Amino acid sequence: MYKNILQSIDNVAIWPVISFVIFFLFFLLMLWWFFTIDKPYTDMMGRKPLEDSNLDSIDQTSNL
Amino acid sequence: MELERIQYDNKIVKAFMIATVIFGIVGMTVGLLIAIQLFYPLFNFDFQYTTFGRIRPLHTNAVIFAFVGNAMFAGVYYSMQRLLKARMFSDALSWTHFWGWQLIILAAAITLPLGITTSKEYSELEWPIDIAITLVWVVFGINMIGTIIKRRENHMYVAIWFYISTFITVAVLHVVNSFELPVSLFKSYSFYAGVQDALVQWWYGHNAVAFFLTTPFLGIMYYFLPKAANRPVYSYRLSVIHFWSLIFIYIWAGPHHLLYSALPDWAQSLGVVFSVMLIAPSWGGMLNGLLTLRGAWDRVREDPVLKFMVVAVTAYGMATLEGPLLSLKNVNAIAHFTDWIIAHVHVGGLGWNGFLIFGMFYWLVPKMWGTKLYSIQLANVHFWSGTLGIILYALPMYIAGVMQSLMWKEFTPEGYLVYQNFLETSTKIMPFYMIRALGGFLYLVGVFLMAYNLVKTAYSGKFMANEEVDVAPLMKTQEAPGGYWHRALEHKPVLFTILAFIAIIIGGAIEMVPSFLIKSNVPTIASVKPYTPLELQGRDIYIREGCVSCHSQMIRPFRSEVQRYDPKDGEYSKAGEYVYDHPFLWGSKRSGPDLHRIGGKYADSWHYRHFYEPGEISNGSIMPAYKWLYEQSIDKSTTPAKISAMRTLGVPYPDGYEEQSIADLEKQAGRIAENLKLEGYEVSGDAEIVALIAYLQRLGRDVKVKEDVATGN
Repeated sequence: MYKNILQSIDNVAIWPVISFVIFFLFFLLMLWWFFTIDKPYTDMMGRKPLEDSNLDSIDQTSNL
Repeated sequence: MELERIQYDNKIVKAFMIATVIFGIVGMTVGLLIAIQLFYPLFNFDFQYTTFGRIRPLHTNAVIFAFVGNAMFAGVYYSMQRLLKARMFSDALSWTHFWGWQLIILAAAITLPLGITTSKEYSELEWPIDIAITLVWVVFGINMIGTIIKRRENHMYVAIWFYISTFITVAVLHVVNSFELPVSLFKSYSFYAGVQDALVQWWYGHNAVAFFLTTPFLGIMYYFLPKAANRPVYSYRLSVIHFWSLIFIYIWAGPHHLLYSALPDWAQSLGVVFSVMLIAPSWGGMLNGLLTLRGAWDRVREDPVLKFMVVAVTAYGMATLEGPLLSLKNVNAIAHFTDWIIAHVHVGGLGWNGFLIFGMFYWLVPKMWGTKLYSIQLANVHFWSGTLGIILYALPMYIAGVMQSLMWKEFTPEGYLVYQNFLETSTKIMPFYMIRALGGFLYLVGVFLMAYNLVKTAYSGKFMANEEVDVAPLMKTQEAPGGYWHRALEHKPVLFTILAFIAIIIGGAIEMVPSFLIKSNVPTIASVKPYTPLELQGRDIYIREGCVSCHSQMIRPFRSEVQRYDPKDGEYSKAGEYVYDHPFLWGSKRSGPDLHRIGGKYADSWHYRHFYEPGEISNGSIMPAYKWLYEQSIDKSTTPAKISAMRTLGVPYPDGYEEQSIADLEKQAGRIAENLKLEGYEVSGDAEIVALIAYLQRLGRDVKVKEDVATGN
């Protein structure tokens, strides 16, 4: 039954190939970025939530 | 550099927070009521507007869209302004969003108890409300993208990405799943039928969990956890990986809700593989959250905000490990249709969403009112009553789920089912239902304590409706070290949005395109015929009463299931049987038996007596009585419109059948009434119960006619 469904799609074989290629390329890109990203940049980004409000600079410790 | 003075809008955040607390209490109270109904059916109050089937969707919609939804907007509006160093794009849009959302909630609270429902889980609201949701969501989106565009911050922090993906994906999910053909102002039929409808619905259902309950709260976690801990996120790198892999993988996993169903095997396998892969990004995110607290664990002991957040992140980790495990076919064979799933979603809902919201609120209120929390002790009591509540909720449900499933599958050495009567398996788990209700009660008590604590805190301070800050204007040339292409991407929010859209749409397309072709290619079962007008009306009553909340219509290909539900012919459910089912009614939970082969199993009179007082026929039954079905009349005038709508959707009623439909309906109803009269039950053919009996007696009958399977069109 499932064979029929798949066979009736035009160029069905291209679908899994496309999905695999997109998926694989995506992770390659991700991996590449992961290894090439430098620390100053991630440090700067990681600090973003902590530098966003005047109030926080007044009370940096806790709200309690 | 000259600084610019701007004001953050706290008033809108406050409004969403108040709505969160109010609807949290309402939604959870309804949850407690339905939990009690499951062991004391008396609490259905013999009143149609408060029966389990009608108010269960009220509970799910209230906690998901009203409680968690409002909290999401509060968190997004607070953090987004600060992360982008800009007031929200437009105050008018903010308030249109707020009031629009509350009106939608109000509409849901009115229509669901009235039985106005599409019956598709978490998407029950009828078409006019669906349109309103779309419009309000677009308002939210414009407001968000507008704020991003006018930002004074070069780099978009990862929380913003999570918010963007939430906006886009929920929009796509909602629109695609809500394709429906209106029959009247409050009634529509799903555009899809049977297997297709199921696939679209669970693509939606699963990703609603992913993109309404998870991604916005991950954004919230990545903002509020570092704030509360006062240290940057453990690894920003990991958070980026977390984001991209999560949105890319999540969208494919929906079919794991349909394992062993009539959905094609390849789609089921696709769902399983991607679900297992989800463990990696989810746990990466969880560890990132917990490790942010490195060196600050001493403060977790004292600070209720951090306590709540630690449990929330842990619950996220637990639920996201459990989810992939549940999607393995062998585990799913046991867990599906049982209370195990209820436990799973509540670990996520109560633990992850609830506790993260509480942590966020305990942090926000003192900040926004410029004061200290009224009572740390009370917040600690809330923490423990909530934690104990979650444990007392989840553990009994795990036990009940596994116990009941094993009872369903247990055979005697002679090859008979040990528990032939479904009800026996229900009565055995009643004690666990009671403990669950206690757990829910404790959790709810905690929310009341929080409400009191937050109100007292607010009264002790002064609310800053507009928080003034000095920020530097956006410098186009401002450069930060490193970052490469991804940083370039962050400069272009619109491009970023489009890429995120592509990432989520690929999975959806590959999953669905072949399935859309099923309709014309599935081996159609020649003996499967469209419903008669009376059956169609009966089916709509079945939908109105929310029968699908407790009864599945999907007999999986297991020996234990075919023997229980179709002992004579041993037929499990086939894809071809559902081709005229707009919407599908497979269900996701069996509090009562499957009904796909109920037709012809009992006499009309059995159903007649059973609906009037289920306990009299089945001693100890937890099903509510449906006495109003005997007094209310079928709205026959809607029949032609319904037939016509169904034909538009592809159901092969002959041309002009509309004119004949009412007469046919009356004829069939007359026959059933006559039948009942012979057995001593006087009933008008117009009574709703007659239509419902007609529908139930039809279920599964078509395949009993000698099967004639033809492939192709």
